[in-house]
Amino acid sequence: MRSYSNTYIFIFSSIMVIIVAALLSVAAMTLQPFQKKNVEINKKQNILTSINIESTAKDAEELYEKYIIEIFAINTSGEKQEGIDAFTIDMKKELAKPLNERNLPVFISTLDNAKQYIIPVYGKGLWGPIWGYVALQDDLSTILGTTFSHKGETPGLGAEIDTKEFQIQFFGKQLFNEQGKFVSVSILKSGTADPNSKYEVDGISGGTITSVGVDAMLKDCLSSYENYFKNIKN
Amino acid sequence: MSAEKEPLFSSKNIKLLTDPMNDSNPITVQVLGICSALAVTVKVKPAFVLAIAVVVVMAVSNVVVSLLRKTIPPRIRIIVQLVVIASMVILVDQVLKAFLFDVSKQLSVFVGLIITNCIIMGRLEAFALNNKPWQSFLDGIGNAAGYGAILIIVAFFRELLGSGTVWGYKVIPESVYDFGYENNGLMILPPMALIVVGAIIWVQRAKNKKLVESN
Repeated sequence: MRSYSNTYIFIFSSIMVIIVAALLSVAAMTLQPFQKKNVEINKKQNILTSINIESTAKDAEELYEKYIIEIFAINTSGEKQEGIDAFTIDMKKELAKPLNERNLPVFISTLDNAKQYIIPVYGKGLWGPIWGYVALQDDLSTILGTTFSHKGETPGLGAEIDTKEFQIQFFGKQLFNEQGKFVSVSILKSGTADPNSKYEVDGISGGTITSVGVDAMLKDCLSSYENYFKNIKN
Repeated sequence: MSAEKEPLFSSKNIKLLTDPMNDSNPITVQVLGICSALAVTVKVKPAFVLAIAVVVVMAVSNVVVSLLRKTIPPRIRIIVQLVVIASMVILVDQVLKAFLFDVSKQLSVFVGLIITNCIIMGRLEAFALNNKPWQSFLDGIGNAAGYGAILIIVAFFRELLGSGTVWGYKVIPESVYDFGYENNGLMILPPMALIVVGAIIWVQRAKNKKLVESN
């Protein structure tokens, strides 16, 4: 085996690092617009799914324009905030802020002559972030539809939160009890939820931590909107 | 898979492709890459896409390292190999995110984890550093395909018995469930992947006596 001088090794590694860095930055920069577009379309598809509109990557933008009539941000007292692009609000950053500084997006859609309120939710699963949208009917308590996504939950276990089977359980559940108190929907151990209850759904067996994460996510995020809901109702 | 049963009479190059399918399969014979075989084999579809991604990363990294083999100083060869693999993985990940967004969402962290797949570094170290680019290319394809084939076989059994589906489609009819059949929840947990891999090794050695250790 040939031996190499230290100088050679230094030069070799420097050149290698420069070439690799250049290659990767060029690739990242040329592909970024496509990726951003995908993320945006994906977000619109998620929002549409929460009001039970199926869309493909191709027609998502068109359907989004058709059904979503208003987007705005509110603060935790429930007042509308002006001058904020609500579509690009990053829930992760907002939830890290103190309660009274948060800007929370609300998406309003119209379907069958009724108004729906679509609320984004964001939380932690087992391996990483989980997020989704909850669409409420115009009584602001009944869940019309939900959609959940995740960054990297275990396939076949926690990752099942993004399936229709899991999400369909939420349809028709209530966020407020009969006394008008915010109770959210609880996710219980798989098989223990009372099918007649309006406030419980089954978790995923083998995906307990993810299920608990969804439960906490709904309580945390939806409770921030409590004042807004009350303002509208009164 | 049909090439697997042919006698290995063909040229040395063909052997590079077919050997890893059976006699020197990375998972069942060399017992490399077990970690990802446990993690991504719950469903067939992600296993398949991951197999394709590994084929691409491995073939290209093998060729790159083989082209550079005369200039790489031995003292930093491991670092060079890692840099090559890592950049390839990032490229694959970026391309998936830009053009196959759905697939990339499904695979999520597993694409990044290709870097830690010991098969790739093992082949770079053992083969590409000492062989010409074309042979290295074939060796890369062969080993990645051998790895992918096992991945898909394991995923097939785990998805079938664990979720009653294959490639996401229901294959076990409802009527069977009505008779009291239940999906085996254990199949979707990682330990069962190890047992399925073990069963494959057993079957393979029963058929291929060459692989049985003599002591």
